[in-house]
Amino acid sequence: MQVIKRRKWFYILSLIVIIPGIISLMLQGLNLGIDFTGGSITHVKMPSKVTSADMRATISELGLEKAEVQKSGDEFYLRTSQLTQEQTDELMQALRNEYQEVEFMSAESVGATIGGELTRNALLALGIALVLMLLYITFRFEFSFGIAAVIGLIHNVLVVLGAFSIFQWEISSAFIAAILTVIGYSINDTIVIFDRIRENMRNKRKEDYEELVNKSVGQTLNRSINTVLTSSFPLVALLVFGGATIKLFVLAMLIGFVAGAYSSICIASSTWFELKNRRALA
Amino acid sequence: MQRNTSIAIIAAIVVVIGVLSYFVFQPLLNNINLGLDLRGGLRVVLEAQETEGEKVTPDTIDKAVGILRTRVDALGVKETTLYPQGDKRVVIEIAGEDDPEAAVNILKNTAQLQFIDEEGNVLLTGKNLVDAQAQMKQDGSGQAEIALEFDKEGAKLFGEATTANVGKPLIIVIDDQAVSAPIVQGPIMDGNAVITGNFTAKEAQDLAVLLRSGALPVSFEVMEKRSIGPTLGADSLDKSIKAGIVGLIAVLIFMIGYYRLPGVIADLSLVIYSLLVLGTMVALDAVLTLPGIAGFALSIGMAVDANVIIYERIKEELRYGKTLVASIEAGFKRAFTTIFDANVTTLITAAVLMYFGTGPVKGFAVTLSIGIVASMLVALAFTRYMLVLSANVTKNQKLYGV
Repeated sequence: MQVIKRRKWFYILSLIVIIPGIISLMLQGLNLGIDFTGGSITHVKMPSKVTSADMRATISELGLEKAEVQKSGDEFYLRTSQLTQEQTDELMQALRNEYQEVEFMSAESVGATIGGELTRNALLALGIALVLMLLYITFRFEFSFGIAAVIGLIHNVLVVLGAFSIFQWEISSAFIAAILTVIGYSINDTIVIFDRIRENMRNKRKEDYEELVNKSVGQTLNRSINTVLTSSFPLVALLVFGGATIKLFVLAMLIGFVAGAYSSICIASSTWFELKNRRALA
Repeated sequence: MQRNTSIAIIAAIVVVIGVLSYFVFQPLLNNINLGLDLRGGLRVVLEAQETEGEKVTPDTIDKAVGILRTRVDALGVKETTLYPQGDKRVVIEIAGEDDPEAAVNILKNTAQLQFIDEEGNVLLTGKNLVDAQAQMKQDGSGQAEIALEFDKEGAKLFGEATTANVGKPLIIVIDDQAVSAPIVQGPIMDGNAVITGNFTAKEAQDLAVLLRSGALPVSFEVMEKRSIGPTLGADSLDKSIKAGIVGLIAVLIFMIGYYRLPGVIADLSLVIYSLLVLGTMVALDAVLTLPGIAGFALSIGMAVDANVIIYERIKEELRYGKTLVASIEAGFKRAFTTIFDANVTTLITAAVLMYFGTGPVKGFAVTLSIGIVASMLVALAFTRYMLVLSANVTKNQKLYGV
């Protein structure tokens, strides 16, 4: 497979996907959920005739701060600043008085300090994971592979973050787990290809890096494609049939996996080639 | 090995897997520990409030957890898990209560008991309490009261307090709230006192439990609270199981369609893999959360990855013109380092997640790690053995999709 010859096109394709994401991240940022910002979400199921306007009217009488109403079928998500137990009780009572059949689905309430810690921990986890990857790959392979792999990982994280920023999908604490899983999965993909490069290097005296990378990517291509397919089947099934609670979590992983398979084949191996080639020419 | 022996062994293995999955899957599923997000319940994170001169130490939190445990048992709050988180937090998870909010509200009371005189001097605290019991008032009003019994030092202090305040009120304060202020009739020297407030029987009983278990060393504030109604939990569980089954079937069909005979072996190994993961979850008493189910579904797709790597390798070797048995051996040998390195890197991220994550996220990391290790074991032991056996039965390379 002529990966190296076409690598400029792959770089351009990646930039076309990533740059709008970065611009969006700078302009509108991420849509952070209450896990990060603090606040409350009360999730209730109402009789079908109730509209968002009705709900807003009922809630406004309670004088809750920053109240927002979101409707999804018969279910409503009421976003407010952090409620005390008494306020939640009052809210449920008011809804029951007004509409009788109110089914309680869930209530979440998070303090602002916890959100700050979550962001800090998330960044720390991300940093530590990347450093550990770099160390392990340097130990088992060599430094150039580690750098190329980590660049591929950053590429994947940027694709997912960019997509979530552009579409303003809400970020929860599970999103961090999704990002880390994407990292774990795409490093897996990259390693399989790098492992083949390592093996082919041993069997050859004269090193032609372009041919080496092309050959290795070609030999592992079936595996790369089949694995992204088999991993995506359950994710797509969860996206289609799973509950609403988990959809964004699954979506983040799905986007990351596809980006990961692509970057392992096209970006990480090309980056390794650039690193090696530069050194060989110098 | 003889062809007939191999056929017999394969048949035996298939039968065993069939029987095992028929009899074991359901009991395993029933015994798995479901997270609050799947069964409904309440999770509260309490944070100790530092006051001036009183630092919160890990020791304070340990003590508080101990006291909270006593209270949970004494109040009979069902299916509760309590554990410290970080340096100054306590997590309470309640799954079995109809009104878990109320239970938490009672639990988190500091229950600091004080006797104060008119000038506001603290004469005696709950520290000297040996026992507190709820009882019905003797006057037939249907109201309850709480009988207190002090230790020796407490009895002495109470004696002094009552002696000094005859004819004056002695204010009984619980958590900075005056509960009652009886007028002292005369000195009480036997170390027994009664709190008569406006209690129902239930309130008096709960309060007695709190006083008996001792005051929490610090007061706690609710930092985070998530409650999942039973409908939502059950709904999430149903939907994700359905999705998991659909995903699984898609993987099974794909593997047979693409890899033929080895695909069948991969599918069998997936069944063993699932049993192994569920069994480990049950054995470790690990909690299956909603993201955990996603992790499990995902790991099914990733579990076949080891098979995919091996089969692709075997196909390559076959194309070089090696015999089937030689190709299988070579394929395994070469695939091993690949599978090992690829899985270790994934395990590293799972470990990071386990360290930083809380609640459902941690559950996800646990499921994922168990899955990675199990998939490696199954691929390297079971898949290999089955491939060698089937090579004894037929050497038809078309069955290997070449």
